[in-house]
Amino acid sequence: MIEVENLTKFYGPARAIQDVSFTVEPGEILGFLGPNAAGKTTTMRILAGYIPPTSGTARICGHDVLFDSLAARRNIGYLPESVPLYTEMTVRSYLEFFARLRGVRQVATAVERVVALCGLEGKEGEVIGRLSRGYRQRVGLAQALVHDPPVLILDEPTVGLDPRQIAEVRSLIRSLGGSHTIILSTHILPEASQVCSRVLIINNGRIVAEDRPERLAARVRGEQQILLQLGRPEPESERLLRSIRGVRSVSRDGQGRYRIACEPGAECRPAVAELCVQRGWQLLELRTQDVTLEEVFLRLTEDTVPTPEVQA
Amino acid sequence: MRNVANIARRELEAYFLSPIAYVAIAIFLFLMGYLFERILYLSREATLQYVFYNMTTVLMLVSPLLSMRLFAEENRAGTLELLLTSPVRDWEVVLGKYLAALGVLALALGLTGVYALVLAVVGQPEWGPILTGYLGMFLFGASLLALGLLTSSWTRNQVIAAFSAVVLILFLWVIDALASSAGGPLAGSLRYLALSQHFEDFLRGVVDTRHVAYYLSLTFLCLFLTVRSLESRRWR
Repeated sequence: MIEVENLTKFYGPARAIQDVSFTVEPGEILGFLGPNAAGKTTTMRILAGYIPPTSGTARICGHDVLFDSLAARRNIGYLPESVPLYTEMTVRSYLEFFARLRGVRQVATAVERVVALCGLEGKEGEVIGRLSRGYRQRVGLAQALVHDPPVLILDEPTVGLDPRQIAEVRSLIRSLGGSHTIILSTHILPEASQVCSRVLIINNGRIVAEDRPERLAARVRGEQQILLQLGRPEPESERLLRSIRGVRSVSRDGQGRYRIACEPGAECRPAVAELCVQRGWQLLELRTQDVTLEEVFLRLTEDTVPTPEVQA
Repeated sequence: MRNVANIARRELEAYFLSPIAYVAIAIFLFLMGYLFERILYLSREATLQYVFYNMTTVLMLVSPLLSMRLFAEENRAGTLELLLTSPVRDWEVVLGKYLAALGVLALALGLTGVYALVLAVVGQPEWGPILTGYLGMFLFGASLLALGLLTSSWTRNQVIAAFSAVVLILFLWVIDALASSAGGPLAGSLRYLALSQHFEDFLRGVVDTRHVAYYLSLTFLCLFLTVRSLESRRWR
């Protein structure tokens, strides 16, 4: 559905993205994850046909975004990060305008459909400028959906919403997967693991990892992590714990708990428990901890080579 | 062409949803009404020739008010990104917006038709020069709006858009003053380039293709440059 090959974009001398390649299969929800200024918006703008790449190609439903731009644009719904709206228009006339512009034949039916889909019932006659942030976001989303495009490009669709609205928008996006191919960008990790079927981590304009959210976590999780809390720790506890077979590193967190990282595949819990009893450390808590996507993300984005721009 | 109509229609709606069209038309009619009354009172002639003369100045002040928001506002609000990622060509966006502005200009000019009716009541005006005068004013205003559309595409600030339009218009208005100092063949070309050199024939009832061509080519040039200005996002 979406094929991206070696996409590179320079703004003057500054590099925004370099050699970005990926494909998105029909019905997939791809999460585009990265810190701010990683190149997410640039990639999405290129896919939406707003700016051209410096080099590389991108195709939407087989149409090149540069050479067959109109056909590519016909197949996308796009929600830019800033949620641009004509604030003086009513919700209905705004949606009708974009429906017509994108060649919808049954304009009234199409508007009715997205109004129901995005929970905008009763707001159709209101002037957009008077709506709350949450409703504006929904109008933006409705605009991207009004012509029922096969591909949706959503740039930070939940930014600035309250927790309940975030949950609503996420479940709406999840429900659109399957029938639509979706790319959504976010810098919120739980969002990616909740909504997306596949995650692509981008940092400094390069893709640093690409996998299913749970498999990404497993990359770091091969190594088990144990969280240990002691009632009576000794100064040499840390050293002794480290000497256990299979333990790779031991560190203490802010609350005085020990964080024990084990070698991949090693089971260290029995040995740790035994040691605690032997030395009379008063074992209060001993449990394994899931490696969160957060840690994967930090690990992966730290490890990347600094870019020339950063050095300069 | 359907896209052009859609964009023009939304733009017209926007003109009348915001106060700008009302304000611009009100200023235009207030100044023109006052001038019409003074001129008629003093000259006691059943002609609009002098009124049209003064109308050029008023149009130079009012048309930037109509053109300033066309692209500057879309740039500011970011809606241009939605417009240009919809399946429409850049020139369709430009043309649609321009036609909407022309519509408002036509409305403003049409409302001054009352003056002609007043003249018809109190005297026997010659209709020829009045009709060609309106044609001249429309062409004149159309080229001013095209200039304003161009400056509006350069910025996200409406005030800057309007101000640059006024500066450009005034410059083109007085460019023939350079002609006297330039001399030679250059003088003729400079004189031809001036906005102020092309409307007088219309007021006398003469439609000269040379003058029509001037206003139309200025308009097309500005629209063309506006399209290029939109496309400049591609190489920035």
